[in-house]
Amino acid sequence: MSNSELWRGRALGLLALLVMVAPLSLLISVFGEGLQSLSWSFLIDEPLQAGRAGGIGPIILSTALVLLICMSLALPLGLGAALFLAQEVRPDSRLNLLLQWALDGLGAVPSVVFGLFGYRVFVVEFGWGYSLLAGGCTLACMILPLFIRGTEQALRDCPNSYNQAAAGLAISRFGYLRRILLPVAAPGIAGALVLSAGRALAETAVLLFTAGYVMRWPESVFDSGRTLAVHIYDLAMNVSGGGPSSSATALVLLSFAMAIQLLAWRIGKKTFSRETKK
Amino acid sequence: MINSETSPPALSIQSLSVRYANHTALQDASLEVASGELMAVVGPSGCGKSSMLSAVNRMTDLIPGARVSGSVLIDDKDVLAGKMDVQQLRRQVGMVFQQPNPFPLSIAENILFALREHGVRNKADLEQRMEQALTSTGLWDEVKDRLQAPALGLSGGQQQRLCFARALALQPRVLLLDEPCSALDPIASATVERLIASLKGRYTLLMVTHNLAQARRLADHLSVCWVRDGCGCVLDSGPTLDLFENERHPLAYQYLNGVLC
Repeated sequence: MSNSELWRGRALGLLALLVMVAPLSLLISVFGEGLQSLSWSFLIDEPLQAGRAGGIGPIILSTALVLLICMSLALPLGLGAALFLAQEVRPDSRLNLLLQWALDGLGAVPSVVFGLFGYRVFVVEFGWGYSLLAGGCTLACMILPLFIRGTEQALRDCPNSYNQAAAGLAISRFGYLRRILLPVAAPGIAGALVLSAGRALAETAVLLFTAGYVMRWPESVFDSGRTLAVHIYDLAMNVSGGGPSSSATALVLLSFAMAIQLLAWRIGKKTFSRETKK
Repeated sequence: MINSETSPPALSIQSLSVRYANHTALQDASLEVASGELMAVVGPSGCGKSSMLSAVNRMTDLIPGARVSGSVLIDDKDVLAGKMDVQQLRRQVGMVFQQPNPFPLSIAENILFALREHGVRNKADLEQRMEQALTSTGLWDEVKDRLQAPALGLSGGQQQRLCFARALALQPRVLLLDEPCSALDPIASATVERLIASLKGRYTLLMVTHNLAQARRLADHLSVCWVRDGCGCVLDSGPTLDLFENERHPLAYQYLNGVLC
């Protein structure tokens, strides 16, 4: 390697480090403050004094329930829509143009607008009130465009030669989907799912006026519940002295996000290596 | 179930035209392949060879905007007829593509998957037909100890032979080969060529190739395609040596003997 290349590499490295400074310092401050308040009891106890003391047990449960509702709606709907787009709609057709335009449009809608929609439809019209169910459904609406787009891309990335081979062997459409297309696209679909779950996990605006912000243990999906992100927002903005709890909650949220990421990465890698490597 | 009649069928293509959205790939092509013979189709790029091939097992159905006219008779049944069962047709007419395209499954699954799809459920049957298919393509000895290994870990030539095995396992009667050696190195290509030679007599074969020497070595009959007025067409068809050695059609003769580039 020549000298100038070496220096260019170093300069780029330095630049990369500089770019990382902001997120890294954020992480360090969250860790520093959060770790002090973090304990087992913090993870399972009920919050006390508006969250200044006690733990976040009910909030973790509410978050899990909202996320579960959201993903179990978004996964089948989104996968179905993406399969339709990738398999039935020709890329150069007008229908495709229209659908992609609609999807991208929906994807660009600010989350608070989805919140309004969810409030009007699920909370008021369906009469579910502020509830985990209404929150989960609204979140599902919000992440669907993102998930559909990612999944569609993963499906379209599957080499056409497999489709050809399957057609040449008179393999049924369902057989091709189940054994070839979905396994090949699985890492991409898992990626889209994680990206969407991350978006849902981080969301506050939508949930404030669909799931509400009650801190009690939820007893059913029709109860109002507060998610981690909402809790952080509330502690930071509305509760004086909520800083340490807020940081600890942020640490928990961060760990969940990273755990989901890791899981999806593993799934993707495993599927991939099973199918293609020696 | 899969048809396993003994003698392979005759294949007759009559005034076949294939049109895509904005151009005609093949115009009014006719040729006859006798039972168990190998016909090679040669000609410059864009002369509609591959389009002709994909009309025979209706792969053209997959291309949006493709229109096919004329007739393709296999044992006097027109495969282009509307009432033709395309799945049934593709079981009888196997196809091997230019790029080896085994599925991202294990070696064994590549063959078993298709068999199961066609209703073979008995385990002994499955294994026997897999072994038979792998043996007839000369792969069995090479892979019998690693049937569960991923097919994509095989070499290019082995992958292509696996694609042959996968097609043969369904017991087709006609095989369409779309430049089956052109993506392989010379040694792998020679192995696949030996395999193709061994299939003659048992299957009726229609093979597209750019390799004139290969066509001369393998084919019983030859068909030379050409581009005329922007459309593909058949210049001349006949016994391979006759076409190579006698000037039946000046353009075809020149092409086959390398006078024309």
